[in-house]
Amino acid sequence: MPSLSLEITIGILKIFSFVVPVLVSVALLVYLERKVLGAVQLRKGPNVVGPFGILQSFADVLKLLTKENLLPSSSNKFLFIFAPMLTLILSLIAWAVIPISSTYVIANINIGILYLFAVSSFGVYGVIIAGWASNSKYPFLGALRSAAQMISYEVSIGFVIITVLICVGSLNLIDIVESQKNMWFAIPLLPMFVVFIISALAETNRLPFDLPEDEATLVAGFFTEYSSISFGLFFLAEYANMILMSSLTVILFLGGWYPPIDIFPLNAIPGIFWFVIKVFLILFVFLWVRATFPRYRYDQLMRLGWKIFLPLTLIWVVITSAFLFYFGLLPN
Amino acid sequence: MYNLDYIFILIFILIGAGMAIAMYLLSKILSPSSPDSEKLSAYECGFEAFDDARSKFDVKFYLVSILFIIFDLEIAFLFPWAVSLSNIGALGFYSMMFFLFILTVGFIYEWKNGALDWE
Repeated sequence: MPSLSLEITIGILKIFSFVVPVLVSVALLVYLERKVLGAVQLRKGPNVVGPFGILQSFADVLKLLTKENLLPSSSNKFLFIFAPMLTLILSLIAWAVIPISSTYVIANINIGILYLFAVSSFGVYGVIIAGWASNSKYPFLGALRSAAQMISYEVSIGFVIITVLICVGSLNLIDIVESQKNMWFAIPLLPMFVVFIISALAETNRLPFDLPEDEATLVAGFFTEYSSISFGLFFLAEYANMILMSSLTVILFLGGWYPPIDIFPLNAIPGIFWFVIKVFLILFVFLWVRATFPRYRYDQLMRLGWKIFLPLTLIWVVITSAFLFYFGLLPN
Repeated sequence: MYNLDYIFILIFILIGAGMAIAMYLLSKILSPSSPDSEKLSAYECGFEAFDDARSKFDVKFYLVSILFIIFDLEIAFLFPWAVSLSNIGALGFYSMMFFLFILTVGFIYEWKNGALDWE
């Protein structure tokens, strides 16, 4: 039994082994997004800073750091500064329970998915506080829209998670992945997989659901008044949340660190490799969707959330549980 | 016996907060600061803002949040049920189906009343 201080030191090192790759992935994702959008529109994308423009995101961060940070005179000062920090903290601490292999996770708690659900629900506070504290019309309207959108889609995400839980019988994320050793949940629960990806887009305010920052009507939505690194923190948090949501998709539906087929050359590759590949595939889908679809209208968005996804997921919870119950297939 | 996993989460929260504050302070040190009243006024498209930003807003948003609370509570009830479904037998299964049925009746009522329409 190692001493307490040693265990805590290992824990802190583990935390940094998650935080640093996440922040590097954010930089990579921003670069990737601009490159993918460039490729879709037949232009080059960033190609000046560093080889193939790969240092573009780091240049952006430096630029944001050295810009003047404005504090609007009519704003609530403390809340105005606090909101982006809260958003960043929430997008980071969710990683505490994400397992990247069957043993490597910071906190292997038995209520992992509940913790994630709680942390992602908190995300709406960052937006609401930012919109309120700005004391300006566009951020206020953007925050209202954003809050309504996020809570609407959280309901369907909740039901989707329940369907997976019925098939697993545990709230632990490692158990969830390990019960997909033979078949990924994306196959038997295909409709839920699709609903989850679409809701993830809405939850992270991505196109085609980026109404909160709809520049044609709301300037920049809830962060209109933000400049410099305060804006940078929101930006960082948004992309970290995207990576988080795609990791969650991989854990819930795409078998986490398991290879697509359990045969020799594939299962010899370390699980972390499969995990990262799958996460980036989902992220590519996010970018692809952004490049392809026009923006939704707000009433269409709410209609999709409440009148289509909610009944569909609710019915699917009943169907899944009834099927497993009557055929005696429930997990122990 | 304490559980170290939750202590790690607490440490993670502190590290996250530390990073956010450090980045903010770094920008305070590195960036110039020359505020004037035009820069610091609330954003508006080319004219002076003439009204309080915190005005009345559409009651629909309020309605959506009430509906959200109902359904989120329902999900909170479903979590333990989904995990222990194999242990609670037919009684557990049918009581939840009955509960979901009542909620569905309420949902259909809201739908028919137009609470879910955005015009």
